[in-house]
Amino acid sequence: MSAEAHAHHEEHHSSTGLDNRKLGMWAFLGSETMFFGSLLLVMLINKHNTLGGPGQEILDLALTSVTTFVLLTSSLSMVLSLAAFRNGNLRWGRIWLGLVAVMGLVFLGGQVYEFTEFVTHHDHPLTPSTNLFGASFFALVGFHGAHVAIGVLWLGTALVYSFRGRFQPGGDMWGIELVGLYWHFVDLVWVAIFTLIYLI
Amino acid sequence: MATVTTTAPDTRTFAGTAWSWITTVDHKRIAVLYLVTALGFFALGGIEALLMRLQLARPDTDLVSAERFTELFTMHGTTMVFLALMPLSAAFFNLLVPLMIGARDVAFPRLNALSYWIYLFGGIFMNISFLAGGAPNAGWFGYAPLTATQFEATHAIDFWALGLQILGVSSILASINFIVTIINMRAPGMTLNRMPMFVWMSLITAFLIIFAFPAITIGLVLLLFDRYLSTSFFLPAGGGDPVLWQHLFWVFGHPEVYILILPAMGIVSDILPTAARKPLFGYPVVAYSGAAIALVGFGVWTHHMFTVGLGPIADTAFAISTMAIAVPTGVKIFNWMATLYGGSISIKTPLLFAVGMVAMFIIGGLSGVMLGSPPIDAQVQDTYFVVAHLHYVLFGGTVLGLFGGIYYWFPKFTGRLMHEGWGKVHWALMLIGFNLTFLPQHLLGIDGMPRRVHTYPADQGFELWNLLSTIGSFAIAASLLIFAVNALVSIRRGQPSGNDPWDGGTLEWTIPSPPPVYNFAQIPVVDGRYPAWDAKRGGGHTGAVAAATAHGDEDEDEPDIHMPNPSYWPIVLAAGMVIMACGLIFHQVFILLGAVLFGVSLLGWIEEPAA
Repeated sequence: MSAEAHAHHEEHHSSTGLDNRKLGMWAFLGSETMFFGSLLLVMLINKHNTLGGPGQEILDLALTSVTTFVLLTSSLSMVLSLAAFRNGNLRWGRIWLGLVAVMGLVFLGGQVYEFTEFVTHHDHPLTPSTNLFGASFFALVGFHGAHVAIGVLWLGTALVYSFRGRFQPGGDMWGIELVGLYWHFVDLVWVAIFTLIYLI
Repeated sequence: MATVTTTAPDTRTFAGTAWSWITTVDHKRIAVLYLVTALGFFALGGIEALLMRLQLARPDTDLVSAERFTELFTMHGTTMVFLALMPLSAAFFNLLVPLMIGARDVAFPRLNALSYWIYLFGGIFMNISFLAGGAPNAGWFGYAPLTATQFEATHAIDFWALGLQILGVSSILASINFIVTIINMRAPGMTLNRMPMFVWMSLITAFLIIFAFPAITIGLVLLLFDRYLSTSFFLPAGGGDPVLWQHLFWVFGHPEVYILILPAMGIVSDILPTAARKPLFGYPVVAYSGAAIALVGFGVWTHHMFTVGLGPIADTAFAISTMAIAVPTGVKIFNWMATLYGGSISIKTPLLFAVGMVAMFIIGGLSGVMLGSPPIDAQVQDTYFVVAHLHYVLFGGTVLGLFGGIYYWFPKFTGRLMHEGWGKVHWALMLIGFNLTFLPQHLLGIDGMPRRVHTYPADQGFELWNLLSTIGSFAIAASLLIFAVNALVSIRRGQPSGNDPWDGGTLEWTIPSPPPVYNFAQIPVVDGRYPAWDAKRGGGHTGAVAAATAHGDEDEDEPDIHMPNPSYWPIVLAAGMVIMACGLIFHQVFILLGAVLFGVSLLGWIEEPAA
């Protein structure tokens, strides 16, 4: 009975029982797989296309391993945040959520440092116009970074809304769930990039 | 009594009416916006075609210069594919999907409005190029390295690449919206296998769009990098590969062909049962063959590249997959014929267009199978044979199907019928003109006339076929004028149609014409594929469109229908996006301006209560 009342309360009664927004997010992420798939393919084609200039060897595996670890850990924090909000624990929900954003910023900081190092290297600078390894690298990693940056902004917005009466105990959590889906996806893309471009 | 609560603008004044259209989130009004805009671009693309046909009517003509001619064929193709046919299909998605599945609106009404405004501004943006130093001129598939700065230093290609990016955003957003709407907003009892075939094809098309468009998005991003950041993705001098562009383009471009044809196939699959007064023959097979076409359609793209030199293995593999697509397509055609077979057919204009579509599409499909064979393709690549083939599919298939749809659903949305006699004249003249235009082009192609040349010498034997083709194209134009007059007159003075002029079987025929803003006073409960027939005839399934009274005990007296509020944020957000694109062409200050507009409207959008 209470489930029925709940269903009546929600504006979007749906055929599958899934929230419209969540389904829309899945469709969007499906589209994004093709987006990053195409970029990755271009990167793989040009991985050794260096014209004698700097190539894969200049990638700093140690630094990126650390930022990768931070980014992957942030997914755990994201899960804990949603769980805390669902349990009605606003305080820890916010803390975990803020931590995700901070870890995203750390990752971005590492990327900015990496890009700056490449571009300003005094012997062998690597810019998008140096060779196609560089062009593909900046395109792929740059687009991923832009996705992380949008994610951080989104997390920040969600955090602000949690102070403005959203995600209250017993309320709906789709705002957290959506940004979580997006964040996990961006993480997953990084796993592919890190493996295919940095590791092998 | 149903009371509708929404904060609609005052429509008694002109300003109020204009404002109500600008801020509308009603799927039926957005459909009208799509329809009118797309028909406008269709006319523009048609005029570009007529100019080309005039230039080619006689040998050694100099009516339009070679430079202008390249702009004309580029913009004709781009306009027809992205600004006319896809949006016409989008108009039908908007008009019909919610009505056919028994919903009050789409899943995301404001996103729907946003898709339209992005499309409108993107279309205008691309066509501004005619006034701003030259229109795009590298063909509608923009082969590298023709698009490189080295060969095109003006902004013509930037207009094209940025314009397509903008239109891609519009298409992807709209598709996400329709995927969610169809999967999630069906009325009780409307299972997937009871959905009207048009809804099936809309769903498949939407999936095609979200998976195919990212490939061209990346291709265009890399092209813009080549042009703005001096990379050389497609430039051999810098280690790049022009063939990569062809792959990225056609990985999108071939599914795009099915994006264009599947909605028309859906329309035909709904017109034929009504006209034959019997259910669609082999319903599940027609649906699944549509899905099969879409799936295999992702694996045939290099048949556009047979002459690139990818080698016999690749050519053979893609020839086989190309031929394989003929199977589900043929299945559909036989099912359509079986639907008509033994039916008591009423020959009205929608049926004529539907049958015309099937017949012309068979010819286009057959020449497609010919082109799918690499040896034949090597002979006629880049000749008028290819032009003839693609027009038999996209004009003979898509355009005829869409016009059939316009005649069929016109009464649902205006409450009036289009004039039947003039409709038949339109059909006959269009079919004759179409075949007169494009049948000779097969022969021109086999005789070796290359496409995209702005003129030809007199002694090649091309004169007669070209002249006939030009005459045919003007017959098409005349038929379209007849259509335009017929439509405009019928809106005001057409014969009142009632709610169900064709004795249709699907849900949209159970509600008033034009439909009220909330579509269904009570959400129907469906238990068959043709709920309106069941309701009218009482046979088969019973109580097919009974109102949803499952939870009837609570406040049935006054079902408050809460419709989404109008919003001006979609148009502002779309404007912000396109102004940012202008920044990459005119002056950087536009990027800032657009970004501010974009950010403000995004915040406004989030803050605004959606319903």
